[in-house]
Amino acid sequence: MRELIAQTVRDMPPSGIRRFFDVASEMKDVVSLGVGEPDFVTPWHIREEAIFSLENRRTMYTSNAGLMELREEIGRYMSRKYALEYSPKEQVLVTVGASEGIDVAMRALIDPGDEVLVVEPCFVSYRACVLMAGGVPVSVPTSARNDFRVTASDIAPRITPRTKAIILGYPNNPTGAVLERGDLESLAALLRGHDIAVISDEIYSELTYGENAHVSIASLPGMYEKTIVLNGFSKAFAMTGWRLGFACGPEEIIAAMTKIHQYVLMCAPTTAQYGGLEALRSGDAGVQAMRAEYDTRRRFMLDEFGKMGIDCFEAKGAFYLFPSIARFGLSAEDFCTKLLYEKRLAVVPGTAFGQCGEGHVRCSYAYSIDSIKQALSRLREFIGEL
Amino acid sequence: MQNGQSLQREILTLIEKNAKLTAKEIAVYLGAEESAVSAEIAALEKARVICGYGTLINWELTDDESLTALIEVKVTPARGKGFSSIAERIYSFDEVKSVYLMSGGYDLAVIIEGKSLKDISMFVSDKLSPLESVLSTATHFVLKKYKDHGVVFGGREQGDERMIVSP
Repeated sequence: MRELIAQTVRDMPPSGIRRFFDVASEMKDVVSLGVGEPDFVTPWHIREEAIFSLENRRTMYTSNAGLMELREEIGRYMSRKYALEYSPKEQVLVTVGASEGIDVAMRALIDPGDEVLVVEPCFVSYRACVLMAGGVPVSVPTSARNDFRVTASDIAPRITPRTKAIILGYPNNPTGAVLERGDLESLAALLRGHDIAVISDEIYSELTYGENAHVSIASLPGMYEKTIVLNGFSKAFAMTGWRLGFACGPEEIIAAMTKIHQYVLMCAPTTAQYGGLEALRSGDAGVQAMRAEYDTRRRFMLDEFGKMGIDCFEAKGAFYLFPSIARFGLSAEDFCTKLLYEKRLAVVPGTAFGQCGEGHVRCSYAYSIDSIKQALSRLREFIGEL
Repeated sequence: MQNGQSLQREILTLIEKNAKLTAKEIAVYLGAEESAVSAEIAALEKARVICGYGTLINWELTDDESLTALIEVKVTPARGKGFSSIAERIYSFDEVKSVYLMSGGYDLAVIIEGKSLKDISMFVSDKLSPLESVLSTATHFVLKKYKDHGVVFGGREQGDERMIVSP
């Protein structure tokens, strides 16, 4: 029979996380540090507002770009948090999670054969979205040597006349790395000289620890005009299942993204949009409480790794640590598989996020301290027996 | 400490939720020195910011038969002492768990625990009402505690419903 599945899709490897999930979910008594979502339930005032919208018969489509009220609120949020001014009418698109933003941004920018620089290790969808849009992903590896911060000299040699865009995800999943103002300035100095769009996935922007709050690359001189900022409600407000995100950027690009979005999705879920509105209006205290809790766990996990003799740089963002397992002489994949089978502990191999993740595993601290203690005692046993 | 929060405040936030944390654990959680945490806690205890360490117990799940009531009390404040002297007379009884001065329809909210309905009635009729400055009382019995000190009692067991691994 004739092959019906498209070549691009056949060639696309399944997500390394998916494969791991399939094994883990078949097992009993698995303890996990493998999730990429908050353990908190969405704060009640947000859920309550969404329920209220249903009681008020808000069950129809919204405008393609999203509820005007929500876009206005997003505009205010970007201004007060990141000193970025976007016109709600022309420069804000409400998406189905930041995930849709990634897809739609790629499709809006890429012509067949265009190259997109993908800074790795990174969220699993970046490469796939480039490929589905007919583009060519070009890996920009980062390493523990620089605490997984990408530098201008990592990027510069990979720029070609075909480079259309670069996608950055900081605070980073899976490494927890952040880019601070100084890091961003040197990237901006390079990128200003090139006609390359910047897709900045800032979904973890609310989750940074330490002195410095998140800085968006779009806020640096000369970058606003070429940067699409992707963000959303999933991580900051513990709203993963609501599937709600947004994209902000230059009018022309947002218009192009909105065109694709309207054909594919019509609009983001209406109920979720009402929830999102409440989140932006009165969710700050909740975000701060959750961030404090993550920070506690982050410090605890780092301390425990230190006591176990596991190398790990002090990640200051998201809710992941990315320790090195190189000294145990196993590949990341083998380490995780063995750990899962022998100790029923699920962590994710660094290679699921790009080849340069080899030698590392991703451990999430979106768990209660008690769960983390239990998981780490299994890890301690495991490495003791290696 | 981030967001301008002082170490003191961060310690209080942690131990308000979990009094069992040791200074060593708190030090790790907050990225502080253990000795600094111990010193802070000692100072807070001395200043009576930390007034005690208790345990939140859902007595309904034990075979204990005790009963809680909230008594609204209207009183005449004493000249020069306001409500304090009468409040003191009331809170000195061991069975009285809390006394709050309220705005609104009455003056003092008195929360009391007793072994039985009779116990509590006796307290109201023999001890509380006869006090000279007490004008009236209204006793409300607690039928069920759903949530206390921020903790939901007897709520459904909430397991981790997330997928085991996700991107």
